[in-house]
This record gives sequence, structure tokens and C-alpha cells, in this order.
Amino acid sequence: MKSSLPLVLFALLVILLGVGLTLDPREVPSPFIGKPAPSFELAKLYDSENTIRTEDMKGKVWLLNVWASWCVACRSEHHVLNQLVKNHQIEIIGLNYKDDVNKAKQWLEELGNPYANIAVDQDGRTGIDWGVYGVPETFIIDKHGIIRYKNIGPVEQKDIDNTIMPLIIQLQQESS
Amino acid sequence: MMKKWLGVIFLMLSSIQLQAAIEIYQFEQAEHEQLYKQMIDELRCLVCQNQNLSASNAALAKDLRQQTYEMVTNGKSHAQIVDYMTQRYGDFVLYRPPVKSSTALLWFGPFILLFAGLMVLIITLKNRKQIIDEPLSEQQKTQLKQLLDEDDK
Repeated sequence: MKSSLPLVLFALLVILLGVGLTLDPREVPSPFIGKPAPSFELAKLYDSENTIRTEDMKGKVWLLNVWASWCVACRSEHHVLNQLVKNHQIEIIGLNYKDDVNKAKQWLEELGNPYANIAVDQDGRTGIDWGVYGVPETFIIDKHGIIRYKNIGPVEQKDIDNTIMPLIIQLQQESS
Repeated sequence: MMKKWLGVIFLMLSSIQLQAAIEIYQFEQAEHEQLYKQMIDELRCLVCQNQNLSASNAALAKDLRQQTYEMVTNGKSHAQIVDYMTQRYGDFVLYRPPVKSSTALLWFGPFILLFAGLMVLIITLKNRKQIIDEPLSEQQKTQLKQLLDEDDK
């Protein structure tokens, strides 16, 4: 009995470290879940005379997708977003984060534009307000303007199927 | 031979971490400058997670230094800046997180381990002492005598 103690301790340590390996330290829990979406008023990418505001989206369930043409991971998630708006009734607002306007437009011409509207965050100030630290990031905002979910890193099809779409459907059924 | 060593030295030098905070900020008040330096040492960069804002050259760290600078020169206090950052990035942004239930293990875990280690040490030492100190019982004494006598025969 006594001699099995080190083995038990070792096994516990292996389990502890094993669990640690499955966690992603880059995923910092967002303090925004359940909080009102920070308001912004930014120029539109395709209509720089006019602005888009967080408040404009009140009463709708919407996605905010933070992206940039320099962001490699954004490229891999882009077709997933294209598919999402093609197949479902959902508006995605793009937040073009610290990007060159012309490069951003070129990027969308090449890969398609899933966004209902794109806000230009040239200096990254709005990004800071939303706690953005790793592009791409995707937020789901409910009808009351509360952030309900945040996806850090590229959205994959399995995220859409398992988490994002079920949540959107649930939120769309809530009364506004 | 010489070439090889030069190569080694070059590799060692090129891996030295560069001091990243290269922007030059002007401060009118010494307290502001001091607070700014304190803040960028205490705040963690979320991109390079093992670096603080002052050591990181990630674009986000640069933006956050700029933000910190503006807040400091606008007369914001240490607590106000910490509030601003944690509202956006959570406690993770602090290298010195507040003591609360979610960070309890982080704060007290090392002491629990230290205590457990001390207990193991004390118990081990105590057991060892007992082995040495315990006087022989009468029965053991007679047994010992018998054994020694047997040897003599």
C-alpha cells in the first residue's frame, strides 16, 4: 500500500498536466460576455461619408467580425462567413481593424463580401474598446445589444454548427 | 575554429531580446512619467502573453502603451487605468491579479504546496527520530542478550 503512493501521485500529476495540454492559453476569458456591446461610430468602408454605430443594430441579433487584410487567419475563416450569410438569416458587421482601406477592398473583391456593413477602425481604438487582442475575433450580440458570445481566432464550420448557429437561433427567438 | 566561434557568438547575440518600447513620450510632470513606467511594467501584453507592455513589440502593446500614455497625461490614476484595462481584457491583463475566488488558487496554491512539503518533512523527520530514540523493551533486551550470547558460544 505504502509503495503505491508515489505511483498514485505520479498518475495524478500526469492527469493534471494532461488536462493542461488540452487548454488553450491564448483564449483569455472575455469580461464582455453578458455586458452591453461598447458603442462605436465609425466610417463605412464603402461609404466613408457615412458612419455606422452599435446603436443602429438594436433589435437585431448580429455578429461583429474583426478582420484585416494583413491577417492570415482571417483568410481561412472567410469562406465560412460567406457560407453563413448565404445559408442563414443573419447580419455580420465587419470591423476592419488597423487596415489599409484599398487593400481591404481588394481583399473583399477577391474573396467575396459576407458583411452587411463594414466599419473602419483605422487606429485600433474601437478594437481596444472591444477588448480585441487577436484578429480574427467574432462577437454575437443579442437584440438588446448585449454581447453573448465571443470567438477568438478563425471561426470554423464546426463552431458554426455546434455553437454559433444554435445560439443565434435561440437569441432570435427571444423577444426584443 | 575561429569562424565557428564567431558563428556561435553571432547566434547568441541575435537571440538577445530587444527592448521594444521605443516610442518616445514627453511628460510634463515627473509623477506622470513614473506612473506611466509603472503601468506598462504591470500590464501584460495579450499577444505575447509572457511579456508586459513595456517589453512587447506587438502592435497591440504599442496601442495600449499609447492608450496608457494618454490616460496618464490626462491625470487618470493608477486605479482608473487598471479599471479601464480590466473592463476590456479581464484580470488577465494584470501581472498582479486581485485576490478573489477565481484567482485564489493562483495566490494561495504555492503556500498550500509549501505547507504540504513542510508536513511531509516534519513527519519524515519525526519517524526517523523514533527509530533511533525508542528504548528497547524488556523482551527485546533479553532477545538481544540471547543473540549476543549465542555469538559468544
